[in-house]
Amino acid sequence: MGPTLDFLTLLPYVSELLKGLTTTVILTLVTTLTGLALAVAVAYLRVNAQPWVRWGLGGYVELTRNTPFIVQLFFIFFGLPGLGIKIDAITAAFIAMTLNLAAYSAEILRAGISATAKGQLEAGRALGMTTLQSYRHVVLVPAFARVYPALISQSIIVMLGSAVVSQISVFDLTYAANFIQSRNFRSFEVYLLITLVYLLLAFGMRRSFMLVGKRVFAYQQGEQR
Amino acid sequence: MIEFTLWDILRNLLLATRWTIVLSLIAFVGGATVGLLLTFMRLSSNRWLQRLTSLYVDLFQGTPLLMQLFLIFFGAAAMGHPISAWLAASIALTLFISAFLCDIWRGCLEAVAKGQWHASRVLGMNYFQTMRHVILPQALRLSIPPTVGFSVQVIKGTALASIIGFVELTKAGTMLNNATFEPFTIFALVALLYFALCYPLSCYARYLEKKLYDAGLR
Repeated sequence: MGPTLDFLTLLPYVSELLKGLTTTVILTLVTTLTGLALAVAVAYLRVNAQPWVRWGLGGYVELTRNTPFIVQLFFIFFGLPGLGIKIDAITAAFIAMTLNLAAYSAEILRAGISATAKGQLEAGRALGMTTLQSYRHVVLVPAFARVYPALISQSIIVMLGSAVVSQISVFDLTYAANFIQSRNFRSFEVYLLITLVYLLLAFGMRRSFMLVGKRVFAYQQGEQR
Repeated sequence: MIEFTLWDILRNLLLATRWTIVLSLIAFVGGATVGLLLTFMRLSSNRWLQRLTSLYVDLFQGTPLLMQLFLIFFGAAAMGHPISAWLAASIALTLFISAFLCDIWRGCLEAVAKGQWHASRVLGMNYFQTMRHVILPQALRLSIPPTVGFSVQVIKGTALASIIGFVELTKAGTMLNNATFEPFTIFALVALLYFALCYPLSCYARYLEKKLYDAGLR
């Protein structure tokens, strides 16, 4: 095979590409939401829960941050069935991505939360808010606004990392690429195209996150630096 | 059929850990070298060099490492020059890491107050003298904690080399699993070995960060 590129050979595989794209997009959307929600819970509990809960969550965060995503994925998909917990590939991918994003985001959020002065929380209580209300309005939302850019980047990193779920046979973009190149033997063209799609996804994600942030944190703008 | 004891599994995993460490070292040294070059390109006064470097960083940060690995590994083969998984992984990781290090280091150089540039110029120092005696010593101090922290990402990144068939820790894990059918034990051990490599580095990075913070530099 000479070094000529031929992208037309990809045309018959549009439906595979779309299927892979759909899986990657849905997986990313869902895990971003679940991951960030879990991160809020973890960040809250790591400060406010019983010592043993804090210790356990600390262990989860450190284990997740210091092992490769692919090993976490393999452990959940191949390892857990060894204990009698059977899960299909897409669920394993969903769990692994959620846990991964949550561990990193919880650390990011913790930094944002610790930047809130303690007196503010007490001021909220003094104004008659309940503990949860003042936590939400005084601590959580400003913390979120403060670390929002870092959370965007982390969500994008998880989306890009999701290319690995193809290894447990989830039909995502990368799986589509592997599938197509095994049929038409045009590996370079396929991977180049898929890489470009990931790049566009990352770009689109950053853009839409920023649009959402502008609306949601509109009244926080003054506080942000 | 050969019986595998727990010790056999652990021993084989430990042997494979060597290659994870070696690949991490190669990738880090390569990435740091290219990254340093990129950092200075990014800070040069030539606008085209700046743009080119930004584009490079955006491209490598905006695409999956796995795709970069595939493009290099399969791309080289498609162009008629097949390369080993070793070389492909080293090149891909070097490029990937250099993009991140360039970003980190540029931030550190820019964190040194702008006024110091002006002050040095007023004192009659030229660009290189300012860089060498004023900016770099300070930026270097700032850059060590995030660089140590990033080395954890390097080690974790090498796990993807398993997908193109390079036998390091993760690949050894999947191979052993195929032979023993003890996925829980094996992948738990693999995870723990990565943890043993990465956690000390994470702690060290945090310690350095705290030291800088206490010194009032952050």
